[in-house]
Amino acid sequence: MTTFLEARAVHPTMTTLAMDPVTVARWQFGITTVYHFLFVPLTIGTSFLVAGFQTAWYRTGQERYFKATKFWGRLFLINFALGLVTGIVQEFQFGMNWSEYSRFVGDIFGSPLAIEALLAFFLESTFLGLWIFGWEKLPRGLHLACIWITAFGTAASAYFILAANSFMQHPVGYEINALRGRAELTDFWAVITQRTTVITFFHVLTACFLCAGAALVGIACYHLRKKRQPEVFRPSLKVGLWALLIAGAGVALSGDFQGKVMFEQQPMKMASAEALWETQGPAPFSLFAIGDVEKGRNSVEIEIPRLLSFLAHGNFHDPVPGINETNAAQQAKYGPGDYRPWIPMAYWSFRWMIGFGMFSVLVALFGLWVTRRGRTPEGAWGRWFWRFGLWTLLFPVIGSAWGWIFTETGRQPWIVYSLMRTRTGVSAAVPAGRVLTSLILFTALYAVLAVVEVALSVKYVKAGAYDTAPSAAPESGDGDDRPLAFAY
Amino acid sequence: MSLQNFWYLLIAVLWIGYFFLEGFDFGVGMLTKFLARDEVNRRVLINTIGPVWDGNEVWVITAIGATFAAFPNWYATMLSGFYVPMLLIVLLLIVRNVSFEYRGKDDPRRKPVWDWCLFLGSLLPPVLWGLVFGCMFSGTKIRDDMNFHGRMTDFLTTFDGLVAAVAFVVLFLAHGAVYAALKTTGPIRDGARRIAVPAMVVSVVPVGVLLIRVNDGGVLSLVVAYLAILLLLASAALVWGDRDGWAFVLSGAGVVAMFSSMFIAVFPVVMPSSLNPDWSLTVQSASSSHYTLTVMTVVACVFTPVVLLYQGWTYWVFRKRIGVRNIPTAH
Ligand code: HDD
Ligand code: HEM
Ligand code: HEM
Repeated sequence: MTTFLEARAVHPTMTTLAMDPVTVARWQFGITTVYHFLFVPLTIGTSFLVAGFQTAWYRTGQERYFKATKFWGRLFLINFALGLVTGIVQEFQFGMNWSEYSRFVGDIFGSPLAIEALLAFFLESTFLGLWIFGWEKLPRGLHLACIWITAFGTAASAYFILAANSFMQHPVGYEINALRGRAELTDFWAVITQRTTVITFFHVLTACFLCAGAALVGIACYHLRKKRQPEVFRPSLKVGLWALLIAGAGVALSGDFQGKVMFEQQPMKMASAEALWETQGPAPFSLFAIGDVEKGRNSVEIEIPRLLSFLAHGNFHDPVPGINETNAAQQAKYGPGDYRPWIPMAYWSFRWMIGFGMFSVLVALFGLWVTRRGRTPEGAWGRWFWRFGLWTLLFPVIGSAWGWIFTETGRQPWIVYSLMRTRTGVSAAVPAGRVLTSLILFTALYAVLAVVEVALSVKYVKAGAYDTAPSAAPESGDGDDRPLAFAY
Repeated sequence: MSLQNFWYLLIAVLWIGYFFLEGFDFGVGMLTKFLARDEVNRRVLINTIGPVWDGNEVWVITAIGATFAAFPNWYATMLSGFYVPMLLIVLLLIVRNVSFEYRGKDDPRRKPVWDWCLFLGSLLPPVLWGLVFGCMFSGTKIRDDMNFHGRMTDFLTTFDGLVAAVAFVVLFLAHGAVYAALKTTGPIRDGARRIAVPAMVVSVVPVGVLLIRVNDGGVLSLVVAYLAILLLLASAALVWGDRDGWAFVLSGAGVVAMFSSMFIAVFPVVMPSSLNPDWSLTVQSASSSHYTLTVMTVVACVFTPVVLLYQGWTYWVFRKRIGVRNIPTAH
């Protein structure tokens, strides 16, 4: 049982914790990005759900859909605010902390980022402003269009940022300009349409719907348990449960593709995800393992035979190369060095992604069963469901954070796979103390914001769906004196 | 015009657009402490920029993103060199943006805290942007590795940076007051006008000093600098003369002229080195490849007009003045 501690001790992140600028910058990047990505999936997912509820209201005129739109819309805005501010940090951070990286790939990496801002962020922010303040100023159809445009804007921003990230996972469409010492774009289309980008987008988007579905289920359970406003929250529960189920299937399917692409493009990550030290064929899928990094083997292991061969190849017999063999192959290719990521992290983050995320799908199956054909869960099972349902809202968000931690730490030691090492990407002239200062300030501010955001969300969840639908048609003529319908 | 020069122009336009737009919403944010003495009036002020501040801020996100794409070396040197000012700007923008969304929703007892966030988040970023642009354009300790090798305290002892900091704050305060005068009715409008005139007149001093310092003898930038001063003074006169609409047009034009003069003056250098002119970052040495610039040009030409159209439309939708009567009581 000492193995886990040993594994930790040899990992550079842990040993040189204090003042290595690379390590501090990595911690800062990891913390701020994971934090950004807690809000992003909720925002992307709920924006579409709010648009859906408002469409239902537009079509049927039923008050309960209006209430649902406003209720979920409020929670959406609370989240959006944090997604937005933490996103600004990301954009500055590449230059502040990873300036050598920015010089090296800016030619390629910069354009999706700039296009994201030009195409997606302007759309989101402008039309969201119109949506918040336009309730009685815009004709209803146009007002509805505003939230749909916002929703598609959020998905578009995900697409471009993922194209940038996919380039780091699997560089395409570039050539190295030795004179200027950097990678240069040769095929923009290849970057934004490569297979890695497309599959990642589907996986992330379905994970976003999983997060939003779980939020719906959790909050609806909270109210239904207290028998509050069933006319609003019963439909929310049903929508949420179905969203969980469908998105769950989508996440699993796209995740399977991700696995195959990853095996092809980053065999080391695949082997690490499985703590598969030696090449095996047929390879098993590991359920539980404790590894011994120094000796290059696992000391304890529980596995399902042949499943890993299926994840990697789609059949049950082909061999999967292990960590040791892959490391040797990469040493031959890229020169001496250690090409292994931190194995326990890769191994467990992969399992926690799947575990946390798919658990919410099980809850959905159960929920759909106990609420089938208008039933209300009663008795012991029912009590369990209402009580536990609330907590499902956390699981997919945690799962998707682990998924990212897996993706990004599993790529190490590369910052851009096969082209640039993380060590060389850091800002050369920024001393560690300065980075440590920003790390501390960001973390402290983010902690405060987390407390505020949770408190606010709880407050507005508890308040319930209290709005009443506007009675009249939108403002006509010069209704100068009318109160603003939705003001700050 | 070469693609590099075209992109320099475009990035200048993005920064100028940012300072024009967020300039007035920073100003309105500052006014929430000077002008609005009670909650309702404060909300009137905040709601004049409510629907638009986020769209305004995307201009800086786009400016920085476009700099990353078109001039990666400029992006890398600027952000890593001005590490601490940039850090503070981001932190302040965070608390500012969150305060818009949360001040009305959060516990009323914490409202004073959010009000301070809004105020400081509007007052200090202009100071910091002033330091950054003043120091950046007057020259910093950049070596041949393109990195900044000075100290953070350098920025506090650079005359141009300090002048720019003062110029930005006073100018944005004045610009915001003109905007507030245009967008409100009643006593709050009178108050805004009373602040706008002196602030605008005072702003001319640091703006003038800054533009003279930055100027490298080029005629065009000098002409534009004089134009900026004239426009700002004319705007003050129009506020005085009760012509809010035109006053805002001219104060906006003044801001645009002032920043244009700066961007014209430094071109084709983007970050002068104070150690050795050969180490300065230029439009040439900082830029992306021809192919990337071509792709970006196509994208920008297609989408920029669309963005301008719908952002313009937002201002049209919310064109009315608002006053105390428009603020709903229940929240
Ligand atoms: C809660 C959400 C969730 C759930 C249930 C799953 N995933 Fe996932 N996964 C993500 C959320 C996520 C993510 C956070 O969205 C990631 C991080 C990077 C990315 O592209 O998506 C991710 C990455 C990711 C990667 C890494 C890709 C790379 O490094 O290039 C693989 C191989 C899988 N997933 C595979 C799966 C499989 C086989 C699943 C089986 C059910 C699965 N995921 C469920
Ligand atoms: C899609 C755009 C993304 C880009 C361009 C990106 C880029 C980067 C960069 C430049 C680093 C720092 C260098 C390194 O340590 O490798 C990094 C590390 C990291 N990123 Fe990402 N990232 C993206 C998305 C995410 C998301 C959404 C998350 C999590 C929610 C995430 C989690 C991390 C973590 C945890 C690290 C630290 C890894 C380590 O240092 O071991 N990333 N990423
Ligand atoms: C590490 C790289 C990343 C950078 C540089 C970045 C940048 C930003 C910025 C600047 C914003 C604020 C936009 C605004 O003002 O409206 C933002 C928000 C957003 N980001 Fe990120 N982001 C990153 C990672 C991601 C990832 C991986 C995704 C999705 C998969 C994502 C999706 C979004 C979405 C949907 C929003 C808008 C919704 C919201 O504000 O919550 N971002 N991001």
